[in-house]
Amino acid sequence: MIHKFFNNGMYIVLDVNSGGVHVVDELAYKLLDHISPPLAKDCPEQAITALSGEFSQQDIREVYSELYELYEQKILFSEDDYEKYALTAVASPIKALCLLVALDCNLRCEYCFAGKGDYGKGRTLMDIQTAKRAIDFLIEKSANRRMLEVDFFGGEPLMNFDVVKQTVEYARSLEEKYDKRFRFTVTTNGLLLDDEKIDFINREMYNVVLSADGRKCVNDRMRKRVDGTGSYDSFMPKFKKLAALRGDKEYYVRGTYTKYNLDFTEDIMSLYNEGFDQISVEPVIAAPSEPYALTEQELPAVFAEYDKLADKLRGLRAEGKHLNFFHFMLDLDQGPCAIKRLRGCGCGNEYAAVSPDGSIYPCHQFAGVEEYKMGSLNDGSFNTDMKLQFARAHVYSKPECSRCWAKFYCSGGCNANNYLYAGDILNAYKLSCDIEKKRLECALTLKAERLIEQGV
Amino acid sequence: MKHIKTINKANLKQSAEKGGCGKCQASCQSACKTSCTVANQKCERDA
Repeated sequence: MIHKFFNNGMYIVLDVNSGGVHVVDELAYKLLDHISPPLAKDCPEQAITALSGEFSQQDIREVYSELYELYEQKILFSEDDYEKYALTAVASPIKALCLLVALDCNLRCEYCFAGKGDYGKGRTLMDIQTAKRAIDFLIEKSANRRMLEVDFFGGEPLMNFDVVKQTVEYARSLEEKYDKRFRFTVTTNGLLLDDEKIDFINREMYNVVLSADGRKCVNDRMRKRVDGTGSYDSFMPKFKKLAALRGDKEYYVRGTYTKYNLDFTEDIMSLYNEGFDQISVEPVIAAPSEPYALTEQELPAVFAEYDKLADKLRGLRAEGKHLNFFHFMLDLDQGPCAIKRLRGCGCGNEYAAVSPDGSIYPCHQFAGVEEYKMGSLNDGSFNTDMKLQFARAHVYSKPECSRCWAKFYCSGGCNANNYLYAGDILNAYKLSCDIEKKRLECALTLKAERLIEQGV
Repeated sequence: MKHIKTINKANLKQSAEKGGCGKCQASCQSACKTSCTVANQKCERDA
């Protein structure tokens, strides 16, 4: 399978199964419309006839021989033979937990997937006993995995900061005994940040995700305080301080765009101009009936905006400046292996979430969905059949994914979004897919431009 | 080649043969928490 597209003056061909990326000329691009595997050594006459009005026969044959060379090298029309690996990770240990330490929030964001912070379950905080049991559970289920990940999430996790601190302390105290290393992350809206918390986060957290939507007017329209006023002025100085003190450690400013800010490049640039250079701004995922929801109608504008963003990034690069946009990051040589790419985030299999009452879910987005409760830390129950169901949710068990050119880049998308908006964890959520594919085309184009500049 | 420039060296097929060690980060824990872009994760096989 190949995917080809034209972007910013460049003809790009992706060989899906090898991951080969080829920048081609117009003739090669058009010739690919007239040939399909298996390729013969000589150019098919019908392809020559079809293109000879536009190109010389000699050129067509010459281009064909180059395409045939790639085919022989198995980096064009290469075969899809990964399905045999699809069950490799079925018995995976659990290596990551999302701890919903606060089902409570000091913001009332309009688009919150978590029911304005409490997941529809009432406002509760996780106690330290439950958090410690979660760490014990992770150690027990992690088998031979040494690097373990714990994300403090909410609601707003800093509303339960003492438990965050004590959990980190507890987990660290077990590292040597069990030969494990914990990587902690936290996702915060920043309202409760102070010097003590910034210091703790910058010392202990491998990554920190700072939630902000961009321009003040855009942010404050959706990210409101409990009294209905905007949150921007409260968190922005604190985020700047945290990022400035963080040194080389990872962080992301992470925003959401909606129908209200289809010009989200302006929001990304606003965050950049405030001094942040690690930015992830994502489409809102919401029921189409919500006034802010993105629908198919908005897609042309969304696609054009990603092209505009790519142009902005080109401009910055030309000036010697750097902005890392999370969804345009792509490592074509040292990226994840094909097996990792078969099932994405690993939720319900390598990754799970724990709510304050000790319930275990496949991930934070399933929290509160009774049908997907996997077990409880209180009684030690854990549904291994459900774990198996998620382990088997790979790109070959998802019908749309198995036919899709982007499957090794998004790895089957978000199971929770599939369940909530397409009715089943195995049904691709088309709106997300369309946006992901556009982002990938932009990312591949930017990557190709940079590598060609570097003389590859 | 005159008409085609291949810009990457790695081949996913080779990565499959030695892959699947599971040492890499769970992608949802990285920056997004809602949608997956797995291809921007790092391989941590030797980490």
